[in-house]
Amino acid sequence: MSKRDVSLTVNGTAYTVSVYPMERLLDVLRAKIGLTGTKEGCGEGECGSCSVLMNGELVNSCLVPVLQAEGATLCTIEGLAGENGLHPVQQAFLKCGGAQCGICTPGMVMATVHLLNNNPKPTLEQIREGLGGNLCRCTGYTRIFDAVAAAAGTRR
Amino acid sequence: MRSRPSEYELVAPGKLSTVLDLLAKEPGVWMPIAGGTELMVQYGAGRLPARKLVSLWGLPELRGIESTAHEVLIGAGCTYTDLRKDPVVAREFPLLVQAASWTGSIANQNRGTLGGNIVNASPAADSLPALMVYEAELLLTSARGTRRIPYVEFHTGYKQTKLAVDEIISAIALQPRFSGYHGYSRKVGTRNAQAIAKLCLAGLGKISGAQIDDVRLAIGSMAVTPVRLRRTEEVLLAQPYSAVLMSEARQALESEVAPIDDIRSSALYRLHVAGNLLQEFVEGLFA
Amino acid sequence: MQTRVVGVSVPRKEGPAKLTGQARYIDDLSLPGMIFGATVRSTIARGAIEEIGFGEGIPWHEFTIVTAKDIPGRNVISLIMDDQPCLADGMVNHPEEPILLLAHPDRHELAAAVAAVKITYKPAPSIHSIEESERREHIIWGKDNIFKSYRMEKGDVDQAWKDAAWMVEGEYSTGAQEQLYIEPNGVIAQAGSTTGLTIWGSMQCPFYVHKALVALTGLPGESIRVIQAETGGAFGGKEEYPSMLAAHASLLAMKSGRPVKIIYDRMEDMAATTKRHPSRTRHRTAISADGKLLAAEIDFATDGGAYATLSSTVLSRGTIHAGGPYYWPNIRVNAKAYATNTPPHGAFRGFGAPQSLFALERHMDHIAKTIGLAPDEFRRRNLLHQGMTTATSQVINEPIVMDQMLDRALDLTDYHAKVKQFAAHNLTSSKKKGIGIGAFLHGAGFTGSGERYLNALVGLEATAAGGLRVLVSSTEFGQGTNTILCQIAAETLGLEYDDVSMAPVDTSISPNSGPTVASRTAMIIGRIVQTAALKMRQTLIDSGLLEPSGGREQFLAACQAYRKQFGELQSFSRYEAAPNIFWNDELYSGEAYGAYAWAVYMAEVTVDITTYSVTIDDFVALQEIGKVIHPVLASGQIEGGVAQGIGYALYEKVVWKDGRMINNQMTNYIMPTAEDIPPIRVYFEEVPYQYGPYGAKGIGELPMDGPAPAIINAVVQATGIEFNSIPLLPEDIFRAMTAEPERPAESLETALAAKGSQ
Repeated sequence: MSKRDVSLTVNGTAYTVSVYPMERLLDVLRAKIGLTGTKEGCGEGECGSCSVLMNGELVNSCLVPVLQAEGATLCTIEGLAGENGLHPVQQAFLKCGGAQCGICTPGMVMATVHLLNNNPKPTLEQIREGLGGNLCRCTGYTRIFDAVAAAAGTRR
Repeated sequence: MRSRPSEYELVAPGKLSTVLDLLAKEPGVWMPIAGGTELMVQYGAGRLPARKLVSLWGLPELRGIESTAHEVLIGAGCTYTDLRKDPVVAREFPLLVQAASWTGSIANQNRGTLGGNIVNASPAADSLPALMVYEAELLLTSARGTRRIPYVEFHTGYKQTKLAVDEIISAIALQPRFSGYHGYSRKVGTRNAQAIAKLCLAGLGKISGAQIDDVRLAIGSMAVTPVRLRRTEEVLLAQPYSAVLMSEARQALESEVAPIDDIRSSALYRLHVAGNLLQEFVEGLFA
Repeated sequence: MQTRVVGVSVPRKEGPAKLTGQARYIDDLSLPGMIFGATVRSTIARGAIEEIGFGEGIPWHEFTIVTAKDIPGRNVISLIMDDQPCLADGMVNHPEEPILLLAHPDRHELAAAVAAVKITYKPAPSIHSIEESERREHIIWGKDNIFKSYRMEKGDVDQAWKDAAWMVEGEYSTGAQEQLYIEPNGVIAQAGSTTGLTIWGSMQCPFYVHKALVALTGLPGESIRVIQAETGGAFGGKEEYPSMLAAHASLLAMKSGRPVKIIYDRMEDMAATTKRHPSRTRHRTAISADGKLLAAEIDFATDGGAYATLSSTVLSRGTIHAGGPYYWPNIRVNAKAYATNTPPHGAFRGFGAPQSLFALERHMDHIAKTIGLAPDEFRRRNLLHQGMTTATSQVINEPIVMDQMLDRALDLTDYHAKVKQFAAHNLTSSKKKGIGIGAFLHGAGFTGSGERYLNALVGLEATAAGGLRVLVSSTEFGQGTNTILCQIAAETLGLEYDDVSMAPVDTSISPNSGPTVASRTAMIIGRIVQTAALKMRQTLIDSGLLEPSGGREQFLAACQAYRKQFGELQSFSRYEAAPNIFWNDELYSGEAYGAYAWAVYMAEVTVDITTYSVTIDDFVALQEIGKVIHPVLASGQIEGGVAQGIGYALYEKVVWKDGRMINNQMTNYIMPTAEDIPPIRVYFEEVPYQYGPYGAKGIGELPMDGPAPAIINAVVQATGIEFNSIPLLPEDIFRAMTAEPERPAESLETALAAKGSQ
């Protein structure tokens, strides 16, 4: 099979990559474009470490064939912090102890951004549901919930 | 990642008619892929048999929810998120929306499609019992045209369906006539989120006086396909509530299913808990 | 003592890097010319390798292929008993045992190549349980299938039975548990004739890897360099396994002449690497008429898998903790680690203690029920107090606040009111409620003379940039090593937290402060950081560059002046045992640990009889840990450990088939999600430990010991059924609740009322 060009925008920058259409978006981001912030924890869409925003929607990039991201606008963890520093969600995670080993953190932060984009003042139940697809083995989730609530301004 | 991307071809024609022509020209060669939440898992594990895939993702003809005079047509390319967000679906088919909220994670709901789920035909899929009790019809489309079949006839065996090699599901038709019904759905999973169902019961019922006037029940993960529990419905129909009725209904349910021991659960557990869920539904109906 | 930096929740040192995606884990790293490696593994549990064939359709000439024949030194992963081969040579002893290694420039070529290697075997009979191993129908290791045994004894157990008013027996078992760090194992190895062997990897113990590579390659230690990459979770699962992975990557790197990266995917990691040892504990306990523990006879057995690896030390810790936080005038523990044809089991947070403490705390409830005492009251009558001796005859000289914590726990959960309320509620409701207690302790540091043997070395160095950096081999993998060691150094020297940083963990520059395990980092290493800091300060004073009363600015200026004058300023300090720590390895008695952390955990549960599933409605975790160095990090350790304990109790079942884990995917191995974890209420008490930095004791493993018994005790109360095995799944509850009622277990309990010792 032959490669083809796929164009996509990642964190505001346009890329055209020469890829096999069935390469995983995760691998294209990490190995082709060099954005290693998005992680692989399971390769089966269960852990959420690979989550990114595709056209504003949270998706598991290990399950997206790159051809289906043709023309898409992507946001990864590297695209969150601005010139003025960390994104409010990143700051909240830092303050509240929402990251320990950090491997689930990029996906967890993207899931939080997605949640708050759709529901700026989530209840604890809604936070749990919004992050239900992101597994964390270190924190027991408690401080992650605190971080989300802090970022939302709904801190209990 | 256990597959070699260089071995796979994936095309995305962007127009439904082009896709259908491809399927007609080379039947059985091209596997349609929608959101990929099932096929890409197989691919990652090195277990995807197909080598040529055609993308249905984002086809505008498949992603829309349309209300006509007497039915609601859900495009097969609608994602679970689309279902959850649609006010008509939420109002008329709440069991479907509930099942959508149980499916995978938010990220997987953003990509998983109703059509993809139906074609994948896992007996454990959360939304299939709901589709059965709502008596959905499937629109199967090919270059030859579109035909309709009742969803309940679609599955013929374990992961086997009536879909022809040149066909895709283009839409799911549901009639909005259940708003007066008591609805029930409950999934028993291995945990509260991202769980494959051990069993999943959907039910719709209506009481008239002290008797069950109409009842529909469907169950998942209890056989090689989701099952419409017709014998159980028959036992319950036109009956008032009683302990004897429940016992007979449980027995009827057990006679219609064939649960197995597998990596997630046991046949005996499934059978017993299915009976408990049935009881919960019937008690709720009469409450 | 008032502290400025210690006791404050300062920002995590490497936090911003982790939050922005800049932190580089092993799979984020690349070297020029790097190729990728993979492992061909045994598909049978035991037998002889007859033939290795290379199938069609693979361009084998493009691959580097390594077998046991390519090992220059010893074919062993050197750890304790040195019985585990790096690559199977002729015989395999467990499914997934590594046989062959492959490397290729294209990562995607490897899976097909691995699948194309066809190995034929002559299978031999294999064994897969403690019971099968004990029967010795087949000997698969040594003379008797036993990796290690201990006999720990105090007092005179045999004569104590005659004074017993009650004799209560019980048998308890725990299953395997997968560590499930979200970052799978991975390594990069680079070999050069001038550069030597360099390893980067996700790991806890770079010097373990170093030692293993010396044995494997025969190279001198100075030419092997091991560097820890940012590590995405470990929990013990990256204590010894990285040595195997580093060995494999090194062999491929040496043969190919290229750097080699090996990253396990999740399926391989789950099937092939270590898990928590399954266990079986039998208790036989003598209790006096007034509810005091008189004697225990405990039989503690673990399943170690096919090779010894860490089974002896896991067994040791499980043995020492088998008596829990109670006073035993007489106790005997017979402990054995058995061999089976399973991938070797290894370190996982708690390291034997969660196993023996589950059994003990279930048994305490069982005894309480048998003799007619409330679970809290029975425990209260038997808790250790200051001045009493533990099961290893160690005198606890410091105050013990278990009584106060028990009181507080009962108060925080409204325990007695709820027990009454639930008893009434459960008569009619299909949602049965219960509340359970877990009381326990956890020793910090290596057992007995272990710390002396490790002889940890810690360094502190003034940097050109004007601050200090800490030199240790202690690794960060989320638990907060980087942060707390900098806090301690800053506090000791009157500096700001930002004045101190961590040097990278790299065996070419890091002193060997020992492995990052055994809850030793805060208490042992933190203490040596203090002494190294004080030494540095003294050096500056002695050199005349710093006044004894000098503050932060003077100190930092003196560092620069010293560097200017002498080129560098480094200070090293070694472990010093606290006085009066004597451990007798033969008798297994004495001071097992310098200090213990103590805890009482409570779980409130609902058991839904419709689906037989358990929901935890409330969880309270109280612990006494000496000094809380960083409140957010400390709470984070407890919350994370409790979540793992919940998994251990209710969700995480490893499904085995002929010694192989068959649910080796995240979809089928069930770990709790954000929707499964209850609110966890965490409280700390502080009884400063004299020899810990600012009084701190170890806490990393403590929270793993309490949740499972507290939860299962609650389920027992809710259902009235004695569940003695974990994980406890709804299917198990269903089976027990719908089974034919058994005859009262007279064989398990014998009331010795006839003895007339009322």
